[in-house]
Amino acid sequence: MLNRNIAAVIVFTVVAVFFVFSALLMHPFGIPEESDMDDYIIDNTQEETGANNGVTSVVFDYRGFDTLGEATVLFTAVAGVIMIFRRLKNE
Amino acid sequence: MIYNIPYIAVAALILLGLYALIFKRNLIKMVIGITLIESGVNLFLITLGYRKDSIAPIYTSSPGGTMAFPVPQALTLTSIVIGVAVLALMLSLVVHIYRHYATLDVSKIRRLKE
Amino acid sequence: MSEMSKIVRTISNIAFPFSMIYGLYVIAHGHLTPGGGFQGGAIVASACAMILVAFGSKWTITKIKEKRLSVFESLGAIGFIVLALLGLIFGVAFFSNFLAGSKYLFGTIPPMGSGLANIDTGGVLPLMNFAVGLKVIAGLFVIVLVMAYATTSFKEAKK
Repeated sequence: MLNRNIAAVIVFTVVAVFFVFSALLMHPFGIPEESDMDDYIIDNTQEETGANNGVTSVVFDYRGFDTLGEATVLFTAVAGVIMIFRRLKNE
Repeated sequence: MIYNIPYIAVAALILLGLYALIFKRNLIKMVIGITLIESGVNLFLITLGYRKDSIAPIYTSSPGGTMAFPVPQALTLTSIVIGVAVLALMLSLVVHIYRHYATLDVSKIRRLKE
Repeated sequence: MSEMSKIVRTISNIAFPFSMIYGLYVIAHGHLTPGGGFQGGAIVASACAMILVAFGSKWTITKIKEKRLSVFESLGAIGFIVLALLGLIFGVAFFSNFLAGSKYLFGTIPPMGSGLANIDTGGVLPLMNFAVGLKVIAGLFVIVLVMAYATTSFKEAKK
């Protein structure tokens, strides 16, 4: 019991030092590194998709497969919740 | 100055969630810890896509200027919905465990062979 | 669980149509203003959950069964996949936008730069917004409903 507590404290301290150290060493907030893909999307989204909203055109047109996967995850979660709370007839 | 404060906020959220997940014994508190970690990751995704003095990437009646990146915001949408789905399944499993064992203490739910 | 007092029931009766209209507005204008299918679906689902909390699950279990409500979720998913397959038949690839620039339903191209909102634009995006919005409304409401019904029968079984 005491061994497990000491090991948990040591692991938590190591992970905390790692997170704080890398949060201070990130590149400055507001100056991104490369922006080629997003500049293309911002310049060409009105004539290729015909929508005024850049985020919706990325979600449904340029990256539609991710939305298909997310719809599948939502459907599977609802099916799982219904199955857990199902009552059989002879119970 | 905003020197790197959003990244420090992300680290604080993830560390608080990790503390609640490791050092607490109640099942509901562990579920809350997992949700805190997931919120920290969503904040990190949005923070990566900001340019200095930029506006939202929408063209309807917009004042001029440079625009922020739209791709991290789309990825964050997907991540939030997946977090909701995982939270629903975790909570229904906790209700099922409570109905069987009548306790929520993690160190007492160990009887695998009944 | 039993119902709440008369003041709470009256106020949620008044606030429910306003919330639903606001949520449907956010879904329908997803290609012009911030919003879309997922965000508007969450707004309408939380309005429906407010009705469930105000009126209690003993009254709701006689009115709404969850078997008929899950048909709406399947309809939303089937509509989303049919729109993607129509992009394969009429266009270039899977998920391609075959209605942008054509003379059919949502086909005009907006002028470059900032301008006023025109609902006739967008291509296949507004139809996909409706399909995903229907799926999210039905899915989130069924999750809340099933959890409320399960705890109702748990209390009756304890007696």
